[in-house]
Amino acid sequence: MVPKKDLLGIEKLTSKDISQYLDLADEFVKVLERPIPIVPALRGKTILTLFFEPSTRTQISFSIAAKRLSADVVNFSRATSSVTKGETLLDTALNIEAMKVDGVIVRHSACGAATFLAQQLEAFIINAGDGCHEHPTQALLDLMTMKQHFNDFKNLKVLIIGDISHSRVARSNIFGLKTLGAEVAVCAPPTLIPLEIEKLGVTIFYNLDEIIGDFDVIMALRIQLERQKTSLFPSVREYRTLYGLTKERAARMKPKSIIMHPGPTNRGIEIDPDVADSNKSVILEQVKNGVAIRMAILFIHAGGKIE
Amino acid sequence: MKPILIKGGRVIDPQTKLDAEVDLLITKNEISQIDKNIRKKDVVRIDAKGLIVCPGFIDLHVHLRDPGRPDEETIETGSKAAVAGGFTSICCMPNTEPVTDNEGIVNYIYKQAARVNLCRVFPIGAITKNREGKEITEFGELITAGVKAFSDDGDTVANSNVLRHALEYSKTFDIPIFEHPIDKDLAQDGLINEGLISTRLGFNGSPAIAEEVIVARDLLLAKFTGARLHFCHISSKNALALIRKAKKEGINVTCETCPHYFFFNDETLESFDTNYKVNPPIRSEKDRLAIIEGLRDGAIDCIATDHAPHCQAEKELEFASAPFGMIGLEMAIPMVVMELIRKQKFSWMKVLQKLTINPAKIIKEKTGIIKEGGLADLTIIDPKKKWKLTESKIQSKSKNTPLLGAELTGRVVGVIINGKIKYSLKD
Repeated sequence: MVPKKDLLGIEKLTSKDISQYLDLADEFVKVLERPIPIVPALRGKTILTLFFEPSTRTQISFSIAAKRLSADVVNFSRATSSVTKGETLLDTALNIEAMKVDGVIVRHSACGAATFLAQQLEAFIINAGDGCHEHPTQALLDLMTMKQHFNDFKNLKVLIIGDISHSRVARSNIFGLKTLGAEVAVCAPPTLIPLEIEKLGVTIFYNLDEIIGDFDVIMALRIQLERQKTSLFPSVREYRTLYGLTKERAARMKPKSIIMHPGPTNRGIEIDPDVADSNKSVILEQVKNGVAIRMAILFIHAGGKIE
Repeated sequence: MKPILIKGGRVIDPQTKLDAEVDLLITKNEISQIDKNIRKKDVVRIDAKGLIVCPGFIDLHVHLRDPGRPDEETIETGSKAAVAGGFTSICCMPNTEPVTDNEGIVNYIYKQAARVNLCRVFPIGAITKNREGKEITEFGELITAGVKAFSDDGDTVANSNVLRHALEYSKTFDIPIFEHPIDKDLAQDGLINEGLISTRLGFNGSPAIAEEVIVARDLLLAKFTGARLHFCHISSKNALALIRKAKKEGINVTCETCPHYFFFNDETLESFDTNYKVNPPIRSEKDRLAIIEGLRDGAIDCIATDHAPHCQAEKELEFASAPFGMIGLEMAIPMVVMELIRKQKFSWMKVLQKLTINPAKIIKEKTGIIKEGGLADLTIIDPKKKWKLTESKIQSKSKNTPLLGAELTGRVVGVIINGKIKYSLKD
């Protein structure tokens, strides 16, 4: 069993820890294919999704995952909560705990928010994204997807394109992939690559066209259009010209390679619509795997029993 | 008032270069006798065996939050914290509410300090009106009211021409300008030092170059104007190198660092503990070691605490929302003892220079001086005392220090100001 109460990040997980989640997720894939895809494993447990930032995939897939395990689910949305009256994260959490929730899945714009809650609450905490720091459940579903196509991570060549500086998906994937022995590279303009990232064992490229044919997995990240205003890149047009995953670039990728994206996509900017919809793209498989992986995560951290 | 007899202490004074085991007799507000084995009846005896007796410390950089934030600190609670930390004089920064940019506030501060009657409190006046960085304050009026330096601390004077004029105008009075050398734009609203740690933790980082750029600019202006410039809280290797070079060229510049820059490096931020969130940020190990070297070779003149109280509710937030700052008055000596004296093998003589005569020279105030007829502003330290830092032991109203709960070595046990005992540790 993964020893810790919480899943706050993937950086400190061992290979064995990661495999535990992935192996269990494979079992839950089978459950999800049944006519009635529900098991009673977490019956009686209450799971809260505490999302201070918008989310489509993560919040819904955690909600579905919990329900598939027969847990009771409560969903919190910042906009309709007392946070709008100035209530702090700490007070929100303490009040929720008083209502005896077993697990909290939290997404917040501040780095370390999940760690903060884990220190304050008895309930188990799953980090669904803390600022630009980590998004461990996304990385785990990404690793699961890669494993389905390539089986072995050693010698796997993975490229992440986009705003690495501001991406928790990039960080978590880098941590997880390096632990599993994969080769990881990033491609972006220097303004979007954080200082000293090469010390994490990551190779840096600025020119996508020169390297597009070298990778088994290419992951495109959503470019946040607000970053343009802070002079990190001059325009969306130039970004797409230099770093967009266009049809032409996709055609020059390795034959058995795959294209990934954590979503939501800016169609026509970091990825062209027909590339996102092509058979090289595994974007919707990622989402499907997301439910299974989150079932595995909830099962392990809520102390589920196999019947 | 009975004379005070301090017996058997190791008496060290960086001004007179005294370092000896001698007794001191204090009569009225002066040191009246220095001798081995003074015999005198009808005195207040202080047994200083195994302790260090030295001139009282001067802190050039304290935030007393008074007027404006009595929930965080007042002149009274800040003074209590100061004497508990061994400080006989403190300079309080003007980023109060309202800003200390007029003589009314300066008078208020002196009045409160007199009522509290503990350490000497010297207000620092704002360089610009309301710290807006546009128009300089009435230096003359503020100096008459009693300010000892000018600073817009919390911000650099961003407009180079305003800073030029402030430096030139300060020459009228031979009074120093204390600059907070951080370029706001380069700092990018960064929450911690920009480097490998911020990359791993996903934080927006404040790079060391934000400090270096302003230090470079300000040094050129100091050279151009010939004014007296002092840098607050130097935290990075490269900025320090520029200052060292400028001193060799004869530019009239001094600088301070804070204990947290020689005691911690940015790896501590992995804990996301908001008590490590300071501005400028705690930097890499490379910078920490450079700061220590700067203290060793004299590039850094003073140790100042940048004591920055914040109440619990404000610090008990997610990292991004918590304010910057940690308290420091009562933690300075343990951090000095544990890192500089014990680990880095600094002599007490060298350390005490940074806490007494060097800051005194900058604000042109007197220190205690251990000679017959010298002013009796003294601090007594137990350099070996082991103690656990708990909330109840902290005199400051705020308890925002990352050392809470830590086992410390070294503690101030007594303070005498103007010949009167103002602090005595009760275990």
